[in-house]
Order: sequence, then structure tokens, then C-alpha cells
Amino acid sequence: MKLLTLNFLTCAIKTCKSSPSSFPLHPRDAELEIVEADLNLKFLENILPRLMWDELRVVVDELGLPTLPPTIPTRADLVAPSSPTSSSSSSDPAPSQTARDLHRILIETCVREGKLVCGNCGHEYAVKEGVANFLLPAHLV
Amino acid sequence: MTSIPPDPDTTTDTALEIKSRGEEYEAQHVHSVYEEIASHFSSTRYKPWPIVERFLKEQPDGSIGADVGCGNGKYLGVNDRVFIIGSDRSTNLTRIATRHAPHSAIVASILALPHPHNAFDFAISIAVIHHLSTPERRIEAVRCVLELLRRPSTPDAQDGGKALIYVWALEQKESRRGWDEGCEQDVMVPWVMKGKKEGGRKAGRKGRRRRKQGDGDGVGEQEQDEGSEHQMGAGQGDQEGEQEEGQKEPGDKTYLRYYHLYRKGELEHDIEEAGGRVVECGYEKDNWWAIATPKGDT
Ligand SMILES: [Zn+2]
Repeated sequence: MKLLTLNFLTCAIKTCKSSPSSFPLHPRDAELEIVEADLNLKFLENILPRLMWDELRVVVDELGLPTLPPTIPTRADLVAPSSPTSSSSSSDPAPSQTARDLHRILIETCVREGKLVCGNCGHEYAVKEGVANFLLPAHLV
Repeated sequence: MTSIPPDPDTTTDTALEIKSRGEEYEAQHVHSVYEEIASHFSSTRYKPWPIVERFLKEQPDGSIGADVGCGNGKYLGVNDRVFIIGSDRSTNLTRIATRHAPHSAIVASILALPHPHNAFDFAISIAVIHHLSTPERRIEAVRCVLELLRRPSTPDAQDGGKALIYVWALEQKESRRGWDEGCEQDVMVPWVMKGKKEGGRKAGRKGRRRRKQGDGDGVGEQEQDEGSEHQMGAGQGDQEGEQEEGQKEPGDKTYLRYYHLYRKGELEHDIEEAGGRVVECGYEKDNWWAIATPKGDT
């Protein structure tokens, strides 16, 4: 499960959702893997405004990955400065190092095994073979 | 305070069965079946419905979506300029759905989705809500989908997130099953797995051979349920369906799935009850569909 997914996940228990501590879910005993994927600059630019940056930084720290910058990159930060020799406007903009780092973290870095823990109720959701399971036991539904 | 004695009518078999519907009933008559037939079911599901495809393609680039009850993830392949999180009750189907980059898929129940409220630009729930076995649960399911969506900017505006919902129609007298107005709405629908008696898991691994057999026999309701008709042609599907009934062999295994068949207007009613507004609705190939948006005052 790619880390970008965590930006849109919270506890499945209804009463937790109103509590700020239920987001983001906290990875525990996580085994990560890199799943190579083509970098889609447009996609990164488009989802940028939707990222909960501070929360993502927390998750990234908890996973022991290199710390994200304190402020969210801008769209302009994702594009490499064009070289003065190529004045052609038809060429697609190249991704900057910032874009490549973001792609690596959000899209290519995946939780393969482990748990996702709610900070409000403590419920643990298992991740097995890259698939997170949010089905609740009957007494919690 | 004496309680009112039970009405003698409620002791009929039908009433008893209706009373037993709910979570456990669906676990037995929907969830466990899909888990068993996942691989075979998935091999018959690859052609998207045109209206669903159009809805997904018209979402602005970078939109965030949810595919609630995504099955094998066939709709996750339609648009790679948006980000969709698919979810399904079946682990086996979800595992297949995770293969569609750049999207994501998780195992979850429609009634307990692990998403923040008001965070999604769009949602689809295709051929899912008809599997919930009481009116209350179906309305709650619609509510759960609507809760995912962005609220409109003002109470009367329609610029909130949009959800496309598809359910199987009662009115389908042209289909092989021939149901129509006035028929029973709560039905058990067979899914036939061809072949020697084997466990579901093992059967799934047989992949190719099985897939071929399944398609050729027009197994189960696949022509009507989710649009395989587009790949088979209606007449062909009908004919093969009839053959299939007559040719059921001893090694075949029949699974029954619960469906609530929606009558005209019922989906719109459920959406209103769930606090939504119907933006557009219609009928396509034995299914009712509607595009709904949350009301601003909720
Ligand atoms: Zn919780």
C-alpha cells in the first residue's frame, strides 16, 4: 500500500472520525518495499494541494524515512529549472529533484506488512502482502 | 406495561427470513460467496459500463475519488490522471484490484469506511448497494458514500463532490431472467462454477482453462449484472444461459448471492433519505443509476 493512501485513511470506527488524533493512522512494525513506478509530474502537481503535509511528515518520521521539508513544496518546486540552451516550448517540463523525492515517498514507498494504528482508540489494522484490512470485529461495528 | 403480542403473520417463513437479514445474513449470502468465486468472477469483469467510464473520465485532473465495492478494480484502469482508493469487502478481489497503478485498494466494509469525511471529489459504487439486505442498511450505505464527499460551498449549491451509484433493476423483462414490476425484489441469484469439485482457492489458480469455460457457458448473471452484455451481445448471452441451465454437470458448484432488485424511483428515494440530492439519474441495461451529491445543510 503506497504511502499516499495514508493521506486519505483514518479509523473505520465512526466515533473516532471526529477526533483529530484518529488521523493519520500510525504505522507499526512496518515492513516497507519500493515498487518502482513511472513518475507522472502532472499527477504530482495535481495532488499537491490535497496533501496533509504536517501529518505526512509525522508518518514519514515514524517509518524512519528521511524527514520531509517543513513546508510543502509548491508546484514550481516540482519542475526542474529549464536549461538556457533549450528554448523550445514544446518540450515537457522535467521533474525536479523535489518531484523525484516526493514520487519516491508517496507513490513508490509501500507498506508491505505491519499494522496501522488509530491514535484515538488504539485499534490496529493489519497490512498483509500490501493489502490493508479495515474490517472491524462484530463488537466494534 | 404489557408488550403487544406478536402478529401471527410475522411467524411465516418469509417474515422470519426478513427478520434475520442484516450483517450476518450478508456475511453468509454475499461476502463469503464473493471470496469463493473471486478469481472466476474477476475473469468475467473487465469491460466498464459506458456511463461509469464517462463519469470517471470527466473528473478534473488530480481529483481524489473512492470506488466503494471496487471488486477486481476494473474501474481503476479508466483514468490515471485522478487518484482513486478502491475498497472491497473481499480480500481476494482487493488483492487483484491493487494491481492498477497509480491507484490504491483496501479491504473495508461500505458501512465502516476508513476515510475522513468530506475529503473526496467523487465516488462510485457500482453494483454494491443491492447486496445490503434491509432498507435501513441500504440507506445507511448511501449515506456512508455521501459522507466521503466534499460539501457544497453553500447549502443550495451543487458544487459538492459527486457519487455515481449503480444498482440492479427489478424492471428487466428483456433480460434472460425476465424480472419485472411486481416480481419479488429480494432474490437469490446463482453463480455457477464449472468443473470438477474443488475448493474455491484451488479452482482460482486454474486460471486460463476455467476462464474459457466460464465465459463460454454464460455463467450466472454475468450478462446482466455488470455489463458483460457489451462484450457478448444480448442474444448470445440469453441463448448460452439457457444451455447452461440444461448442461449443469455434477462437478459444477452453484453459489447463491443475495440481491435486492431496485424498482423505479427507489434509488432516488434512498439517496434522499440518506441526505443526498439526485443530480442525474437513469436506466441502463437492467440497472438503475444515479449521480448524487451531499446537501449543504447536513
Ligand atoms: Zn479509532
